[in-house]
Amino acid sequence: MEGVLTTEKLTMDFGGLRALNAVDLRVGRGEIVALIGPNGAGKTTFFNCITGIHRPTGGHISLAPPGGITRRIDGVKVHKVTEMGMARTFQNIRLFPDMTVLENVMIGRHCRAKAGVLGAVLRDKRTRHEEQEIVHRSHAILLRLGLAGQVDELAKNLPYGAQRRLEIARALATEPFLLLLDEPAAGMNPRETDELEALIVRIRGEEKISVLMIEHDMRIVMSVSDRIVVLDHGEKIAEGTAAQIREDPVVIKAYLGEDIHA
Amino acid sequence: MLLTFPIVVIRVNPIEKVIEWRWRNMALAGVGSFILSFVWRALLTWKERRGRVGACSVPDADTGVTHAASPAIAARPFEESRLYRPALGAAALFALVFPFIFSSYQTNIMTTALIYVMLGLGLNIVVGLAGLLNLGYVAFYAVGAYSYALLNHHFGLGFWTALPVGALLSALFAILLGFPVLRLRGDYLAIVTLGFGEIIRLILENWNDFSFGPSGISNIPRPGLFGIALSIHEATVYLYFLMIALCLFTIFVVKRLRDSRIGRAWIALREDEVACEAMGIDKTLTKLTAFVLGAIWAGMGGVIFAAKTTFINPASFTFMESAMILSIVVLGGMGSILGVILGAFLLILTPEYLRAFSAYRMLLFGTTMVLMMLFRPQGIVTNIRRVYRFAAKGKGDAPAQA
Repeated sequence: MEGVLTTEKLTMDFGGLRALNAVDLRVGRGEIVALIGPNGAGKTTFFNCITGIHRPTGGHISLAPPGGITRRIDGVKVHKVTEMGMARTFQNIRLFPDMTVLENVMIGRHCRAKAGVLGAVLRDKRTRHEEQEIVHRSHAILLRLGLAGQVDELAKNLPYGAQRRLEIARALATEPFLLLLDEPAAGMNPRETDELEALIVRIRGEEKISVLMIEHDMRIVMSVSDRIVVLDHGEKIAEGTAAQIREDPVVIKAYLGEDIHA
Repeated sequence: MLLTFPIVVIRVNPIEKVIEWRWRNMALAGVGSFILSFVWRALLTWKERRGRVGACSVPDADTGVTHAASPAIAARPFEESRLYRPALGAAALFALVFPFIFSSYQTNIMTTALIYVMLGLGLNIVVGLAGLLNLGYVAFYAVGAYSYALLNHHFGLGFWTALPVGALLSALFAILLGFPVLRLRGDYLAIVTLGFGEIIRLILENWNDFSFGPSGISNIPRPGLFGIALSIHEATVYLYFLMIALCLFTIFVVKRLRDSRIGRAWIALREDEVACEAMGIDKTLTKLTAFVLGAIWAGMGGVIFAAKTTFINPASFTFMESAMILSIVVLGGMGSILGVILGAFLLILTPEYLRAFSAYRMLLFGTTMVLMMLFRPQGIVTNIRRVYRFAAKGKGDAPAQA
């Protein structure tokens, strides 16, 4: 399987602290990969490195759009990375609270539209057409994610689970081929988690979008992911299918903090 | 009351070397603070009550149902209210006949207010929409004014050529300043722009060969009207209508910008920069656009100011001016076009018409600002931007223009 995202020896130091140590990771086309590990293992740092928020201190990151050329993205600015087709959600929800649900998704369309200052002032045919398409597409995405009933609601007034879904909708609006989810199930009740699980599978199935997610909820991790990567203290300690990871003594040790054979 | 005691009650008469005790003032201060405390109490309860109304619209966490639409959407835009059209008509009529009813002194004041409307709307793009606190806005105003004055002095450039040139020069300065500075956030940006404003003023004050120093530049011609010679009164009226036209143009442009892809990006940028970047918005470019557009309006305002007063010197471009324009935006309501217009009229016209109280101007101004920030921090008119709605019947509407 071709890889859409590949990191080689990705290393990140904050001063004297090594948050990531030579992490190799590959996400294949249409694959769902889960990144797990105890708190402070460097999962979110990994996300911040590949999306361009942090410039890694060592190693390579490359992104291969389907049908496009592979490009290195370490040191590329955040918005450029998004434009190339990798979108993310955040661990602590970062919606635009005072904008409506529809407007939130419309912001996601921003990088796929062109209208500039002149277009805005003159409001010519092309701009009007583009605006209409933005509204249209955004609405279509909301419809797919089951948020169509709340398009005119302010984002901050949505219930928690719906806010999480809206973040995914906003990320999808940027037309990614790789979606990064940072703890999408955090704070969700079991029913919402089930819905989320179905959603992730559907996103992969319908649109061939690869998914890389950080998650603590083992139930969802075990059931949706094709492959699981385990980080601990900034290092990759295990990689494999759900069944392999569940049995891996190193992983169990990392989570329980003691040697099981002792 | 006790705090006012040394100032209000005791007066030392140095000539006769006696102390005068003004007990009557003491009583007045007592009565005054007594009444004020009631007003204060009333305002507090009013604010509390309003806070409770707002709280009702918070979604019920248990059922996950949002009970009431949020206030921002539920509030009917003023533009939709039934009073809007008649009010607009009356305002237009008033604006049209104003210079023919009142003296040219009044017209002059009104023109000044209109310049501030334009400046306020320009700064509104930067502060209100994009959320960039710019305390050196007056620098761009100065650039506009001096570019007209100097270009006219040296090359005899007319008003109509100077208007776009002044705007462009301001834009150029904004780009030069913006590139390094817009990486900064919030307070830091405010301080750097403040510094920039002072630098421009100091340069104008001290570089005598270039700007003629504190003595300024005089004999700047008023705007021409196809070469027709105008009397001073006619020129005043002409400038007034010119300003009306320019204000309408500004309102039109600002409104369209606000309701566009770029306007949306500005608002989103104000709410969450990190999320914005992650959604593929070029942070630097978007901020720079707002900064430059704001500067363009300041530049045009400057050219008109120079043409109106026919004399400029650096004293017109102090930090006080920046603060004034910022107050207009904050008092009127950040992001709100109508609010900024009202704010400008209020802050510019009131001091003119209340000259009798001019000694207390700053006192009143300060009190007003403090009270505003405490009880109505969103300004006179809450910003009601266009809310994108989706028409249920298939067709995506480029929604009704607010």
